[in-house]
Amino acid sequence: MSDTMTAASPGGAPKVSRINEAVIRIAGNSQDGIQAIGGFLARLAGRSEQEVMTFMTIPPTISGGPSIFQVRIGSGEVLSAGDEADVLLALYQHSYEDHIGSLKRGGIVLFDADHVEPNPEWQKDYRHVGIPISTLAVEAIGGTAKDKGKNIYALGLIARTFDLNVPKLEKLIAERFGGKDESIVKNALVAFHAGYSYDIGNLLETFKFTEGPGKGGHQVVMNGNEALGYGFIAAGVRFGAGYPITPWTDVMELLRRELPKYGGSFIQCEDEIASISMAVGASYAGRVAVTGSSGPGISLKSEALGWAVMAEVPLVIVDVQRGGPSTGLPTSVEQSDLNIARFGSHGDSPRVVLAPANVEDCFYIAIEAVNIARKYNVPVFILSDQAIATRIEAFREPDLEKICQDISPDLTTVPDFTPYDLSAPDGVVPRVVPGTRIASGKYPVATGLEHDEAGHPTAAPKMHQAMVAKRRKKLLALQATVPVPKVYGPPEGNVLLVGWGSTQGPIREAVDRARAAGDSISSLHIKHLSPLPHGLDNIFSGFHHVFVVEMNDEGFYGYGQLAGMLRARYCDPRIRGINKTDGLTWKVKEILAAVKMKLSSNGQAAKTV
Amino acid sequence: MSEMIAESPVRVDVPAMAPVPGSERKGLTKKELAADHPTWCPGCGDFSVLALYFKLIEKRKLTHEQFVSIAGIGCSSRFPYFVQAHGVHFIHGRALPFASGISLSRPDLHVFAFGGDGDAYSIGGNHFSHTARKNVKLTYVVMDNWVYGLTKKQTSPTSPLGFKSKTDPWGAVDYPINPMKQAIAAGATFVARTTSTNPNHVLAMMEAAMDHDGFSFIECLSECVEFYEGAFDAANPRKGGMFKEIPKDHDATDETAAYQLAGTDFPGYFGIFYNINKPTKNAKEAEINRGMMEKVKGLKDWQILQKTFDRLK
Repeated sequence: MSDTMTAASPGGAPKVSRINEAVIRIAGNSQDGIQAIGGFLARLAGRSEQEVMTFMTIPPTISGGPSIFQVRIGSGEVLSAGDEADVLLALYQHSYEDHIGSLKRGGIVLFDADHVEPNPEWQKDYRHVGIPISTLAVEAIGGTAKDKGKNIYALGLIARTFDLNVPKLEKLIAERFGGKDESIVKNALVAFHAGYSYDIGNLLETFKFTEGPGKGGHQVVMNGNEALGYGFIAAGVRFGAGYPITPWTDVMELLRRELPKYGGSFIQCEDEIASISMAVGASYAGRVAVTGSSGPGISLKSEALGWAVMAEVPLVIVDVQRGGPSTGLPTSVEQSDLNIARFGSHGDSPRVVLAPANVEDCFYIAIEAVNIARKYNVPVFILSDQAIATRIEAFREPDLEKICQDISPDLTTVPDFTPYDLSAPDGVVPRVVPGTRIASGKYPVATGLEHDEAGHPTAAPKMHQAMVAKRRKKLLALQATVPVPKVYGPPEGNVLLVGWGSTQGPIREAVDRARAAGDSISSLHIKHLSPLPHGLDNIFSGFHHVFVVEMNDEGFYGYGQLAGMLRARYCDPRIRGINKTDGLTWKVKEILAAVKMKLSSNGQAAKTV
Repeated sequence: MSEMIAESPVRVDVPAMAPVPGSERKGLTKKELAADHPTWCPGCGDFSVLALYFKLIEKRKLTHEQFVSIAGIGCSSRFPYFVQAHGVHFIHGRALPFASGISLSRPDLHVFAFGGDGDAYSIGGNHFSHTARKNVKLTYVVMDNWVYGLTKKQTSPTSPLGFKSKTDPWGAVDYPINPMKQAIAAGATFVARTTSTNPNHVLAMMEAAMDHDGFSFIECLSECVEFYEGAFDAANPRKGGMFKEIPKDHDATDETAAYQLAGTDFPGYFGIFYNINKPTKNAKEAEINRGMMEKVKGLKDWQILQKTFDRLK
C-alpha cells in the first residue's frame, strides 16, 4: 500500500491517504462467506477499471475449517496476489494468530472484538483496530440472524476504510442476492450500510485509490475455471464428459449448466475412463469435445488418450493440477503434471500441451486448444492449476461476436477417403466423420491398432515406422507455427527466469523488483510446452544463468519437469531449477531469495544478480 | 424419425436418416457391406452374427452412412473391420461410453456396439451397468463364448465353475456372472438372449433391439471352437441339445418374471426377457435443452454468451 500523498487535515479531522494499490487478506472459516466478500471486491475493481488479483485457500474438508481470501487491487498493473497484506481482517482467534505473520509490519489488523483477544506483544508491530463485528451485524439485521450477514458487515467496513464506490457495491449486492427472497437483499444492504456507517475514521486514517490510467473498454471479472468453460463455449464446443474431482469440478459444473442453452450437453459419467471415452466418441462423431480432471483422473484417462493419438481423433483435455502424487493435496497448487501431460500413456504418443499464464489466458487458450485439435486431429492438453482455477481477475471483455465460432461437422459427400494418407501435406488428413457418404463405397475404421493408410490393421515394420513418423510430423508442422515467446525485460543479461502456467505474475514482479534494485534479470514465459517453440536457445544464449522456476520437485538431479525438458532439448547445463513443493503459490521474495542462493552456491557473489 | 431429430440434444444439420417407407431403393447387399475378410477361426460363432448384421442392415435398408459399428478389444471386437461402414475399434472395455458419446451427440445415426464377455462384463463391467441405467439409445450385442479367445484360453467372467483354462489349470473357482440378471438389475430396458446357431432368432432379436427406443442389450452365445469347443451344445438341437424359446405367456414388462427366467439353468431360455419403455437419456437431455433454449430463443450463440458476460462485469 504505497502512499503517494497524505492529506492530513487540521483539527484532528479524519486523515485520508492516497494509495495506488492495496492487499487485503480476509481470514475466517470457510462457512463465513469470506469468498463472497472477496468476490465483491474483485468485481468492483473490475467495474472500476482497476486491476485485481485474488488468492484463496479452502480447507479440503466438506464444511468448516479455516479459510482465507486475499485480494490485491491496484490502479496500476497487478501481477500477483501480493506477498504481504496491508490489511488483515481477522474474524477468529485462529485467523488472527495464523495470519498476523502475513501482514506487513505497521499494517492494519481489523479484528472481530467478539472473538479475538489481541496479543499485547504484536500491538507494537501492527495497528490493531477491534470492532465487535458479530454483535453489530446481529444488531443491524435482527435477532435471528446469528452469524449471517457478518461478511457483508465486514465488507461495509472495508468499503469505508478504502472509500470504495458505494452505489456500485450496492448494485453488486443486489445482483448477487437478487432473485431470492426480497428480504435477503434488504438484509444484506442493511448489514452493508451498518458496517459502512461504523465510524472507523475515528480509529484510523482511511484510504483512497488514485485514479489509474484506465484500461479502456469494459472488463469482465471471473476465475480461471470460469474463463476456461466460457472459452470452450466460444470455441464452439457443444459436448463434454467428466467426473467430479477438485479443483476441476467447477469447469464441468459450468458446462453442464451452460451448454444446454446452446443445444449442447455435458455428461457426468460413472468414472474418468468413461468420461474421456465418451468425449472422444463425441469428437469422433464430428465436433471437438472436451473432458478434464485433476491429477488422479488424468492418470486414469491415459489409455484412451493414447487411442486418440493413434486413431488421430481430436480432443481437448483439461488438467487443473493439484498437489500429488495420488490423492495428494486436493486443494493446494502444484505444477507436477507436466510430465504426465507430455509423456503419460504408453507408446510413442506425441501430443500438444498448453498452459495458461493468467485468467484471461484461460479463455483464449481454450479456443486455441480446440482449433489445434481440429486442425491436426490430436488430443490437446490444457494444464491449468488450482491457483489459476480459483483466482479472480479482471480482463478486457472479449469481442464475442468476432471470437465465437461454429465448428459443426461438414457432412458433404466425398468421392473417396484415405483416413491415414501418408502423402498428405504435413501428415494432416482432414477428417471425414460418420454420417458422411463416401461415393467409392469404402468406409474407414478409426482404430487403435497400428494400421495402413486405409485404416486396416497391420504390423508391417515399414508401416509402423511410417505411421509413427506421420504422427510426429503433424506436430512438427504445428511447432513451426508456435510463436517464440517474448522476453520480459532486456533480451540480454545475467539471469533469465523461465516459467510456465500460473507463475507468470510473481515471476514478472520478481523481475521488476530486482531490476528496480539494479539487478540484471529478465524472464521468459512458455505457454506452448509441447511442442516447444523454436528459438529458445537463442534467447538462453543472451544470459549467463537460466533458472526454471516451477512449483514441483527438483528431482534427483536438481531441476524440475520443464527444466528437464529444456535440458534434454538444448543440452545446456546453464539451465537449472528453482523449485518448491509447499502447495502455495510463489511469493516474489521467495523467488528472489532462491535466485540469490543459486548464484552464491554457484560461487558468485549474491550481489551480481 | 423426424421426431428423433427434434429430440436431439445437439443441433446437427444433417438430413433425416431413415429411408422413406415403401421407397423403391433396395437394401445394401452382403457384397456392398463386407469389408476385410474376418480374422476369426473357421467355425467361430461370430461369423454368424456378422452375417446377420449384414442381413439386418439390408432388410432395414440402411445406407452405409446411416449407422456406426463400435467395438472394444477381443476376438469379437474385430467386428467393425469387417463391416463396410463408419466404424471404430476402440480400447478394451470402453466401447459403451464411446458409443454413448456418438449416440448423445448424433441422433441421426444408428449406433451399434459389439463385444465379447471379457470386454463387456469384466473390464467394461462398470460401463455396462451405467449405460444400462442411463438408458442411452444404442444397441449392444455381446458375443459370449465363456472364454478369453484372443489371449488364448484364460478364464472369463462367464466361464462356468470348473472350466480348465491357462489361468485356472485345476478348473475355474470364481462364480460366473449371469449377464441377463446383471442387465435387468442395472435397469436395461431391453434384454434379450440368443445363440449364433439359430440365425433366424438372432436376426429377430437384432431387429427388435434396433427398434427399441433405449439401451437394447443382446446376449448372444457364440462358440469358440478353438478354446471352448462344445460349450453350447446343450442349446443346439443339431448337437442333441434344446433351443427353448421363452414361454408364450411370459410378460416382458414384468421385471421379476424376467429375473426368474434369467435364473434358469443352462441352456436356459432364448428370446426377449425384458422390454419396457422408459424415457431415454437422449430424450431427457433433449428436454433439458428445449427448456433452456426456449429462454434464449432468437439469440445467436455469441449473444447468449454475451448475456452471461454482461453479468460478469
